[in-house]
Amino acid sequence: MENTAIEVKDLVVKRGKRTVLDRFNCSVPAGTVTGLLGPSGSGKTTLMRAIVGVQIVASGTVTVLGKAAGDAALRRELGYLTQAPSVYADLTVRENARYFASLYGLDSSTADSAVSDVGLADAATQLVGDLSGGQRARASLACAIVSQPKILILDEPTVGQDPVLRDELWARFRKFAEDGATLLVSSHVMDEANRCDRLLLIREGKLIADDTPAAVKAAAGTEDLDQAFLNLIRAGEKK
Amino acid sequence: MRTLTATTGRILRQLRHDKRTVGLLVVVPSLLLTLLFYMFKDSGPLFDRLALTMLGIFPFLVMFLITSIAMLRERTTGTLERLLTTPLRKTDLLFGYGIAFGLAATVQASVVSAVAYLFLDLDTKGSPGFVILIAAANAVLGVALGLLASAFAKTEFQAVQFMPVVVLPQILLCGLFVARESMAGWLQAISDVLPLTYSVEALSEVGKFADPTSTMWRDLAIVGGAVIVALIAAASTLRRRTP
Repeated sequence: MENTAIEVKDLVVKRGKRTVLDRFNCSVPAGTVTGLLGPSGSGKTTLMRAIVGVQIVASGTVTVLGKAAGDAALRRELGYLTQAPSVYADLTVRENARYFASLYGLDSSTADSAVSDVGLADAATQLVGDLSGGQRARASLACAIVSQPKILILDEPTVGQDPVLRDELWARFRKFAEDGATLLVSSHVMDEANRCDRLLLIREGKLIADDTPAAVKAAAGTEDLDQAFLNLIRAGEKK
Repeated sequence: MRTLTATTGRILRQLRHDKRTVGLLVVVPSLLLTLLFYMFKDSGPLFDRLALTMLGIFPFLVMFLITSIAMLRERTTGTLERLLTTPLRKTDLLFGYGIAFGLAATVQASVVSAVAYLFLDLDTKGSPGFVILIAAANAVLGVALGLLASAFAKTEFQAVQFMPVVVLPQILLCGLFVARESMAGWLQAISDVLPLTYSVEALSEVGKFADPTSTMWRDLAIVGGAVIVALIAAASTLRRRTP
């Protein structure tokens, strides 16, 4: 078996009285782009937070690069993009990127190239609070990729982006993986799933598929991923 | 050290982009002090005592409010959660706020003191430098308590309500309205454990004596100790893992 970057075993997460993830298992191979797909409320963000190490878990283990999730040594190796843009609205795009770069001991030129990478070079001197929603999301993405982390956890990075930009961002993600990074990208847009090496389909806290996009489609007997998702859910319910 | 400097710089940059806040910070205390001056114009040395106390209370009050809102924003916008996934240490964030807002408060205290001494005939036996020093210490005390209080607030509405809870009792019992000696025993006991009491006493020492007294240094040390305790308590409220 190839190198595993992220390993989740028997993970149970409860939020309030609700069990969000119930004995969840999955693994993400190193150097790949893995798509995490599922409807809103299925547990995608909770799973990502557990991998990043900011989620209180009831039981089970999450191992990232051979260390327990949340280990202090992992903080240098991991980039996390939250679903809602978490950048300072009262700073410019460039100031945000430079601040996050400085936390890793990186210089301002590294920060500025991260800003260009997300297509915000022209807006670098604007306050984040004055940007459009899509631009704001990209400013947040710039801060997640600025440290060139080995593990990138991206929660819905392409929501609200223009199709051309979305294409560019996916090309960028592919490039990161080619350079050896491992990416876990959540989305609820099925057409983005075709761009992933592997897919994790999740619904109501349970994994319903873990395979390549082609294999998922083959198993469901359809070329359309939306339909494949539906078929797999129905097949699961019949059991 | 590097992440502390970067964080302090980031907080000051945020402040710099908010010109109206900077304006309010610098101008409002001077205006209020001027108001006080005209209210007590003919009451002799009473103005000196009141003005000196106010010079300590302004930075404490303002920095408490600003910090609790700023920290609450870090929590609600998700930047705090993100920061805690980076190599930044929790103390870097807390001390970053302490230093950045402490610097802002020193500028504020310098402007208000200059106005008070030059235009409002404020008269103290001791040096204005000590007044500014104590005002800055008070500001840092406000920052530390604000950081702590913000952990117990989920919304801005709740955060501002902590002002009357944490700040007002300290102002009421610091000896400004009723001399501490003439308070009932139990009130005095409460006053004894509130840090603002000591900074107000330190300021009155500067007012009464030409050279810094040992009481003044002791009071400053107590305020410093309260800052450390509040910051440590605040650090324990910053959890990397949340539900």
